[in-house]
Amino acid sequence: MIEVIYILWLRQLKRYWRSKARLIGSLGQPLLFMVAFGFGFGPMYARASGGANYMDFLAPGIVSMSILFTAVFSGLEVIWDRQFGFLKETLVAPITRTEIMIGKTLGGATIAMIQGLVVFGLTYLLGFRAASFGSLGLGLLFMFLIALFFTGMGLTIASKMKDMHGFQLIMNFLIMPIFFLSGALFPLQDLPPAIYFISRIDPLTYGVDGLRGALTGVSTFGVYTDLAAIAALSAFICTIGAVLFSKIEA
Amino acid sequence: MQNILSVQSLTKKFNDFTAVNSISFDVEAGSIFAFLGPNGAGKSTTIKMLTTVLKPTNGEIRINGFNVLKEQDEARASFGIVFQDQSLDDELTAYENMTYHAVIYKVPKKERDERIRTALEIVGLWERRKDFVKTYSGGMKRRLEIARSLVHYPKILFLDEPTVGLDPQTRKAIWSHIQTLNKERGMTIFLTTHYMEEAEAIADKIAIIDHGKIIETGTLEEIKERNETGTLEEAFLNLTGRDIRDENGASRSKMRLMGGMHGRRRH
Repeated sequence: MIEVIYILWLRQLKRYWRSKARLIGSLGQPLLFMVAFGFGFGPMYARASGGANYMDFLAPGIVSMSILFTAVFSGLEVIWDRQFGFLKETLVAPITRTEIMIGKTLGGATIAMIQGLVVFGLTYLLGFRAASFGSLGLGLLFMFLIALFFTGMGLTIASKMKDMHGFQLIMNFLIMPIFFLSGALFPLQDLPPAIYFISRIDPLTYGVDGLRGALTGVSTFGVYTDLAAIAALSAFICTIGAVLFSKIEA
Repeated sequence: MQNILSVQSLTKKFNDFTAVNSISFDVEAGSIFAFLGPNGAGKSTTIKMLTTVLKPTNGEIRINGFNVLKEQDEARASFGIVFQDQSLDDELTAYENMTYHAVIYKVPKKERDERIRTALEIVGLWERRKDFVKTYSGGMKRRLEIARSLVHYPKILFLDEPTVGLDPQTRKAIWSHIQTLNKERGMTIFLTTHYMEEAEAIADKIAIIDHGKIIETGTLEEIKERNETGTLEEAFLNLTGRDIRDENGASRSKMRLMGGMHGRRRH
């Protein structure tokens, strides 16, 4: 069982590591966001908040964003596997669907984690500093849970999709709103009630808030509330994914 | 002889369309069984059900004594399959594809390297094992898939049009590998092909399926005799008609007639 999960995990890591273009290309967006928003809105944020540093607020949001995108894509990769025929090879093997699901979730989550850490490194170059060395551990835990949740979500969606035609739909109506309304870019407190409500049911909200709380000590809901929320959601989505995955046919 | 594969009133419906209509047949252990039929006759749907890729609407399948629906993992460990379309990971090397397969089929770790080496040597790809599959030609990919399907020592090997699109040299090489496996290891072979002369040359027993039903079954000699023809191809054409088929099962001329566009049928 462990070895089966390991080989599924290893395959995904090898594929990720070998496509250097994807590796480097996916750093462009977070970098651009940090430079454009960080330096663009920075002065405005500082004035409105009475002197707080916007980079401190933004950096955990951008790290979360890069994890979100990488994780969802890793999950959706199953659709490519299906289109290129490789999924069949895995599905007719004498292994359980749960093993496949666990292997793929851990593989995708690991890749997203690595991506998050690289972006975290970039934020350091742009002047972001974690509050203390000890807070890094908790930060890593949040990064992992965000990665886990969104890989699970990607896999859950992929188990219901036959091809990539629905990709734009998912990007624009699910992933982008999840990112923009999560509080990654701006504080949620003063939003109109309807949008605030959406933010509260957005899973990434708890990931971002928790990561920010862990790294900078400032959070809206409290780090432990965030931790409980994102952990419970991860368990939930992975269970749903496992159930749907058990029904897929190649 | 014992039956390695036994199929009882197997049916698959897609909404209103019955792709496979209550077929039954047995395959003897150690034999080469050719499963023939025009495009859209139900061949691939049947193979997909036999190999647990599709769930049947009705019927029972036993492979190596295991109920394919209820003892899925045991059944899966008993067969190997080369799918009609490619199922390799292009971004991995040949050897990595083989290792992946060996692990998910739970080949004991100690035997893994040895078995992979043997399988790759059989198809002549050992020297190219470290190359990425994306650099392989169509024929090499096919051979790699065959090698891969041998790593877990299947009792029965399903080959869904294994030689489609390959040059005569490669086709010949593949069939001779398959015959060797059959003779030396007693591995049962279940194959589909559109090349009648290939089936004629290697099959012990032949079944012809059309419109989801098995319309003829027997040895080559029996089929030729019953249909009073000299070759399998003639018997096949007599049995299944000469219309050109689409993959969805309806013949083109029939669709044209229904569409009212062209009434003339040509043979």
